[in-house]
Amino acid sequence: MKDLMKRLTEAYGPSGDEEQIRDLIRAEVESLADELRVDTLGNLIAAKKGQGGGKRVMLAAHMDEIGLIISYVDEKGFLRAQPIGGLDLTTLAGGRIVFSDGAVGVIAPENREDFRKEPELSKLYIDVGATSYDEAKGRLGQPAGFLRPFVDLGKRVVAKAFDDRIGCVVLIETLRRLQDTPHEVYFVFSVQEEVGLRGARTGAYGVDPEIGIAVDITASGDTPEARKMAMKLGAGPCIKVRDSGMLAHPGVKDLLIETAEAREIPYQLEVLAAGSTDAAAIQLSRSGVPAGCVSVACRYYHTPSEMVDVDDVENTVRLLVALLEEPIEL
Amino acid sequence: MLLEQLSNAFGPSGDEGEVRRILARALRDKVDDLRTDALGNLVAFKQGTGPEPRLKVMVDAHTDEIGLMVTRIEKNGLLGFRAVGGIDDRLLLAKRVVVGSERLPGVILAPPIHLSKPEQRQNVIKIDQLAIDIGASSADEAKKLVSIGDYVAFDTQFESLSTDGLRTVKGKAFDDRAGCAVAALLAEETYPLDLYLSFSAQEEVGLRGARVAAYRIEPDVAIALEGTVCDDLPKKKDVSPTTRLGHGPAISVMDRTFIADRRLVKLLVDTAEANGIPYQYRQPGVGGTDAGAIHLARAGVPAVAVAVPCRYIHAPVSMLSLDDFDRLVALMKAALQALPEYWKKQAR
Amino acid sequence: MDIVPLLKSLSEAPGVSGYEHQVREIVLAEFGRHADETWSDPLGSVIALKRGTAAEPRPAIMLATHMDEIGLIVSEIEKGFLHFEMVGGYDGRVLIGQEVVVHGRADLTGIVGSRPPHVLSASERDKPIPYDKLLIDVGLDPDELPNLVRVGDLVTMKSSLTELKGGLAAGKALDNRVSVAAAAVCLEELARVRHLWDVYAVATAQEETGLKGAITSAFGLWPDVAIAIDVTWATQPGTQDEYTFDLGSGPTIGHGPNFHPKLNKSLEDTAQSLEMSYHLEPAARVGGTDAVALQTTREGIPTALLSIPLRNMHTPVETVSVKDIERTGRLLAAFIAGLDESFLDSLVWDLGLDADDD
Repeated sequence: MKDLMKRLTEAYGPSGDEEQIRDLIRAEVESLADELRVDTLGNLIAAKKGQGGGKRVMLAAHMDEIGLIISYVDEKGFLRAQPIGGLDLTTLAGGRIVFSDGAVGVIAPENREDFRKEPELSKLYIDVGATSYDEAKGRLGQPAGFLRPFVDLGKRVVAKAFDDRIGCVVLIETLRRLQDTPHEVYFVFSVQEEVGLRGARTGAYGVDPEIGIAVDITASGDTPEARKMAMKLGAGPCIKVRDSGMLAHPGVKDLLIETAEAREIPYQLEVLAAGSTDAAAIQLSRSGVPAGCVSVACRYYHTPSEMVDVDDVENTVRLLVALLEEPIEL
Repeated sequence: MLLEQLSNAFGPSGDEGEVRRILARALRDKVDDLRTDALGNLVAFKQGTGPEPRLKVMVDAHTDEIGLMVTRIEKNGLLGFRAVGGIDDRLLLAKRVVVGSERLPGVILAPPIHLSKPEQRQNVIKIDQLAIDIGASSADEAKKLVSIGDYVAFDTQFESLSTDGLRTVKGKAFDDRAGCAVAALLAEETYPLDLYLSFSAQEEVGLRGARVAAYRIEPDVAIALEGTVCDDLPKKKDVSPTTRLGHGPAISVMDRTFIADRRLVKLLVDTAEANGIPYQYRQPGVGGTDAGAIHLARAGVPAVAVAVPCRYIHAPVSMLSLDDFDRLVALMKAALQALPEYWKKQAR
Repeated sequence: MDIVPLLKSLSEAPGVSGYEHQVREIVLAEFGRHADETWSDPLGSVIALKRGTAAEPRPAIMLATHMDEIGLIVSEIEKGFLHFEMVGGYDGRVLIGQEVVVHGRADLTGIVGSRPPHVLSASERDKPIPYDKLLIDVGLDPDELPNLVRVGDLVTMKSSLTELKGGLAAGKALDNRVSVAAAAVCLEELARVRHLWDVYAVATAQEETGLKGAITSAFGLWPDVAIAIDVTWATQPGTQDEYTFDLGSGPTIGHGPNFHPKLNKSLEDTAQSLEMSYHLEPAARVGGTDAVALQTTREGIPTALLSIPLRNMHTPVETVSVKDIERTGRLLAAFIAGLDESFLDSLVWDLGLDADDD
C-alpha cells in the first residue's frame, strides 16, 4: 500500500482541479468496479454491485487537497494568491507550489519579521522564476498544489495531502479486497471537500444512498502539549461520534464498533472539536441519510508534512471490508 | 432605459416586488412563460430553436439589493434599524432613504460636528446607535406610518456621468440590477437552447432564491450575471482590485461560494476573444454569487459567473461603465449561441 | 389540556442532538393521541400526520418544532475525570458548578468541578474558565470509570422542571420543548374542529447542530406551507429591548426575508380575531431557526416563524410562561382551521400585469 500512498499523495489536485488525481485513481479502480462514472462536479464513482439484497452504501473519500489560486500578477512577474481551503499560513513561507503543468513556484514573505508577527496571505508572494509580466501573466486564475515528496519512516509515513488521499487509498484497497458483499456499494472519490463538502453533497444526491460513511483523517491528541482528545496514532481506526459538522448516526457508529469488536480489529472513538468530513454533507442529502465516518488519526494535518500510521490504514481497510461483507441492519 | 428603471426601483432582500414587476413588464412579450415561486423568484422561459433534446440553460441575476429594516420605533418617533445584507456601518451616516410600502422619505441622523469631541469622531458610529427620521414626532404617529419589519432602501437616483470614454453611470443597487438588465436584454434573441432567465430573490441574505430556482429548473448549465466588486481605487499596494472599471466583463474562476466549471470559463474566454470583446478575470477570492447555490442543486450543475465591474457596491451609490455593460450583453448573446455545439464536445 | 405535566416529561427527558431517542418516544406518544399516523424519519425526526377533510390531493402544512437539546459529549478521560466538547452552544460560563447526568453504560450523576475560592488569586477569579479547561467528576475510581463511561458518551444537565409563581416554569431544554408542547396543544384543538388541510406536526432532530432534521424532514414531506415554532429571548437584565419580549405577552411573529409576508399577514389576522396578544419580531438577518431550512427546501416553501419568549436561553434554568405555550398552540390551530382551498393562491406574488394597460 505504501507505493499507492506515495503515488496518490504526490499527485496534483487542489479543490476544483482534480482531473490528474482522478485519472490516477480511475486507473486503479477501473478493473475492480462493476460500474464507473464521473458526475457533474467531477466526483469519481465506482460501484460494486452485490446481489444479496443488501443496502445501497456510499463510501466517500475526497480526492482534492488544499492549495492556492493565483489572484494577481505584478509588472515584474511576481504572483499573489488566495487560499483554496484552510491553510496554515505559518507553514507556507519557503515552501513550493506546483501548477497542473508541473511548473513550480517558491512562496516567499515580503518581510520575514512582519510576516512572523502577523501571518497574512497578502504578505506572501510567489516567484515562478519569471523575468517579466508577460512570462507570468498566464498564471492568473490558475490553481496550484503544494510540492512535497512522500517519505517512508517505517511504521509511520509522511506526505502532503494524506488529507484525504489516505482515505482514497483505503477506498481503493477496500474495493480490491471486497470479494463478496450483499450490498450495492458506491465508492465515491469526491471533489471540493476542502472548500465546503461540495462534491459529497451533489454526489450523495446522485447516488441516493441508504447509508453513508466517509473515510477521512482526524486530528490526534498524542503530541506534546496537544489539545485534550482521545485519538492517537497506531491505536486503530477512529470511529467518529462527533465533530463540529455532525453527530454520527448512533446506529452506524454502533455497527462499526460491533464489527470491530467481532473481528478483533483495534479501534478508538473520536470526538473532534473542530473540522468535519463529507459525512456531514451525505447526512443531509434528500430526506436524510444515516451517516458515519471512519477516520485515520493524522498529525500535522493541513501542513506539507502530514503523518499517519501504516497499521491504522491497514486496520481501517479491514474494518470496512468486514462491515461490507455482512448484512446491515440499523 | 431598463437599467435606470431597475436601479431606481425599491427592492431590499425579501421585498423585491417592484423590481419583479418592472422585469415582468419588460419581458412579457419576449418570452414564452413567466412565473414566480414561494420566495419571489421570477423565472422567464424562452424556448430555443433546433432539435430536441435542447440544452437547458439557467441564466441568473438577483433582484434584491442590500437595504435596511425597521426594528424599533422610539418614543420620539425615530426609527431604529438593522442591515439587510452586508453593509459597512460607516456608510450610513446622513443618507437619504425611503421607508416601507408607502415609500416614505427619511434621513439617517448624524451628530453635528460641533457637538462631538475630536476623540468621539475617531469612533465608528454603529448601526444600533443610528436612527431614521421620517418626521414623526411620537411613537404613535410613527406607528400609523410604519411597522416593525418594514424595509428601507437608499434613496438614490440613477444618472449618466459621461457619454464618451468610459460612459459611466451612477445609481444604487447595480449589484445586481446590472445583471438583471443584462439578463432581460438576452430575451431579445432566440438561441439554440432552452433559456431560463431566473431573476432570483434574496441573494444578499444567503443565495436563497437561486437555490430553490435551480432546484426547480434543473438546468444542464448555469451562468450567474452580477454587478461585482471593483476595488480599483489607487492604493499603496494594488494587488487586489478584484476587477477594473472599463476593462470588460469579469469572469469568475473561484470565489467564497464556488469554483467555476473550467469548461464554461473557457467558453466565455474563447467567445470574448473570437468576437473581439475585452474581458478580465475577476480575481479569485472574495465575495460570492448565486452560482454558489446553483452549482450545488440536486446532483450538481456546471456553473460560471460573469459580471459588470461596479465601483462602490453595497453602498448607497455605485458606478459602472456602460461599455462594460454592453460588452457583457454581447458576450452573453454570443456565448449562448455557441454553447450547445461547444458543450457536446465536453464530455468527461 | 394540562400543559405542565407534558412539559415536565418533555423537559426532563434527555435528547441531545443526534441522540433524541428518549424524548422521541414521549413525542410519538403525545402527538399520536390525535394524529392519524406517526413515524420517525432517517435522521430521527418525529412526524405526525393529521389528515384534513378536503378532497385529495390535499394541501399540507408542516409545523416544525425541534425536540433536541444542547448538551455535552465526553472527549477524553484523564485520571478519573472527563473532558468534554459541546453539542450546540453553551456559554462556557454557565457550566461551572452545574450538576449533570453522564449517559454512560448507566446514567451517572456528575458535577462540573471548580476549584474553591480560597486557593484562587483575585486575578484568577476575574477570568471565566474556558470550557475546554473544565472537567466533569462522576466520583468514580479512575480504574472503574472506563467500564462505565467512554469517549463519545453524551451528557445532559441534571435539572427538573420547577414551577415558579405567576405561571412560569423553569427547567432545561425548554428551548425548544415548549414548542413541542405548543404543537401538542394545536393537535388537541384540531381534534375538535374541522380542517381541510393535512397537518404534519414534526418534532425535528438536530436543530441545535445545524437545522438538520428540518432540512431532511421538509425535503421528504415537501409541504405547501411551513411554520417553525421556536423560542425567542424574553426581557431580562442585560439584554437589549429590541431583541426581547416580555414573558407572558404572547408569541412573536417573525418578519424579514425568511418569511412570506402574506402568510404572516394571515397569522396576524388570526391572532387579532382571537384577540390574542402577539408581537412582531424583526429579523433582518436570516438565521437561527428551522424556518431558515424550511423556506429553501426543494422549490421553496412559504414559511413563517412563531416564537415563544424564554429567559436564560441555553442554560439549565430556561424560564417560560406556560400561558404563552397555550396561546401559541391555539393560534396555530385557529390558523390551520381557517386554511381553505384558495389560500395557496393568495400567496402568489402580484406581477401587476393584469392592471397594466400599456
